[in-house]
Amino acid sequence: MKIVVDFDLCESNAICMQIAPDLFEVRDDDFLYVLNEEPGEDRREALEECVQRCPKQAITIAE
Amino acid sequence: MTRSSITIVGASLAGLRAAESLRRQEFDGPITLIGDEPHAPYDRPPLSKQFLAGDWDEEKLALTKPEKLADHDLTFRLGTRATAFDLATRRLSLDDGDSLEVDGLLIATGARCRTLPGTEDMEGVFVLRGLDDSLAIRAALDAGPSRVVVVGAGFIGAEVAATARERGLDVTLVEALPQPLGRVLGDEMGAVCADVHREHGVDLRVGVGVDAIEGDDRVERVRLSDGSVIDADAVVVGIGVIPNTEWLEGSGLEIDNGIVCDATCLAAPGVTAAGDVARWPNHRFDEFMRVEHWDNAVEQGGHAAKRLLQSDDEAEPFMPVPWFWSDQYDRKIQLAGRIRPDDDMQIVTGSVEERRFAALYGRAGKFVGVLGFNRPRHVMQYKTLIQQGVSYDEALAAEI
Repeated sequence: MKIVVDFDLCESNAICMQIAPDLFEVRDDDFLYVLNEEPGEDRREALEECVQRCPKQAITIAE
Repeated sequence: MTRSSITIVGASLAGLRAAESLRRQEFDGPITLIGDEPHAPYDRPPLSKQFLAGDWDEEKLALTKPEKLADHDLTFRLGTRATAFDLATRRLSLDDGDSLEVDGLLIATGARCRTLPGTEDMEGVFVLRGLDDSLAIRAALDAGPSRVVVVGAGFIGAEVAATARERGLDVTLVEALPQPLGRVLGDEMGAVCADVHREHGVDLRVGVGVDAIEGDDRVERVRLSDGSVIDADAVVVGIGVIPNTEWLEGSGLEIDNGIVCDATCLAAPGVTAAGDVARWPNHRFDEFMRVEHWDNAVEQGGHAAKRLLQSDDEAEPFMPVPWFWSDQYDRKIQLAGRIRPDDDMQIVTGSVEERRFAALYGRAGKFVGVLGFNRPRHVMQYKTLIQQGVSYDEALAAEI
C-alpha cells in the first residue's frame, strides 16, 4: 500500500504523526513529511486510523 | 457478542465514523443511520472557515466520498428525526411515523445552538451549526453588510469573526467574559487571542453582554449591557450548544447534560453514545466529560461502535486526551488535555510576542495540558506525554 497526502489540504495538525511517528513527521518548518511512503501491511490499521483522524481528510491509502 | 443489526441515530461525524469502524471490524449485519438533516454526512469545521469564506463548495465537505461510502453497504434514512426510544421494548420511533425494533443502538445526535430568546425569527440573525446555517451566513456576507456583529467569542464566534474580517467586512465581536476563548484557554491566553483579533481590525468588546437585538422584521442594531448601540446588518450568535437529548425523555436512559454513559461509553445494555451528546467518566482525568470536539466524535464513535460488539468483560474504558484545533487568520491554535484557570502554566518553546509557542499546564504535579499557537508538532508530542502519564516536571524537562 502507498500513502498519498494531499498537501493542498494538509494543514499540519500532526495527528498522523502522533498515531504513526514512523510514517509521518511535522518538522519545525510546520510542514508534514512522509517518512515511509510504502509501509508494510502491519501498519495498515495505524494508517487507517490516520486517515480517519486527519481533520483535513488529507490522507488516502492507494492499494 | 453477536448482533443481528446496528442502528445509529445521528448521521454526522460520530455516527458515520462509528458505522465505518463497524465495517472495519468486519461486522457484516445491517447498519442503518438515521439523520435529521437531508444532506449526506458532511464535515462541519470548514463551515466557519473555508466554506464560509466562499473558497470551498459543498462537494468538498463530504465526510466520505460517495463511491467509498457505497462500499460500506450502509442504509441511510436522511431527513428523518428519531422522536422516541423505549429501552424496555427497544423500539425506536421516527418522525415519519415509522418505528423499528433495534438490536445494537448507537446514539450520536449531537447538539444544537443556543439562541438569544426572541431573535429566532428575526431576519439577519444567525447561528452556525449546519450546512444550511453556513450557506445563509455566507449569503449575508456576500451581500456586503455594513457591519457584522458576532455575539460570543468562543471558537465558532472567533472563527466567524476572523473569516468575515478576511472578507474585508467590518466586524464587532462581543463577549460577556473578560477575554475571548477565556472559558477554554483561561484569561492569560485568551488575552493573546484578543490581541490577534484586534491586530486584524476586529472591534472587540469584552466583559459586556447583549441586552437586546433590535429591528422590526430585520435586525438593525445590537444594544449592549454597557449602554452602547451597534448598527448591524448581520448578527451571528455563537453562545454554545445544548445536547440533543429531549427525544430520549422517558426512554429509560439516564439524561443529565447529555446521555450518561459508563466509562466504556455504554448507556444501557446494547446502547452506546458518542460525540457531543455523550457524557462519560474519563478515568484519565478523573472527570465526567462531555466533549464537543471534532476529534472526539471520531475517536468516541469508533469506541462506542466497538463496544456494541464486545461483552462486558472485553470492554475497555474510553480514556482519550481531548484535543482540538481552531484556525483564526494565520494562527493555528491547538489544545490537548484538560486545563483549568488555576493550573500552573509555563511556556516551553517560542514566545507569546511572536504568537508562536507551546505552553504546558500542570496541576498537583500532574501534566494535564498543552496549548500551541502554530506549534502542531510540539502539541502532538506533548499530547503523547500526557497519554503516558508523565509528571509535570518530567514534561517540562522533556527534550521536544
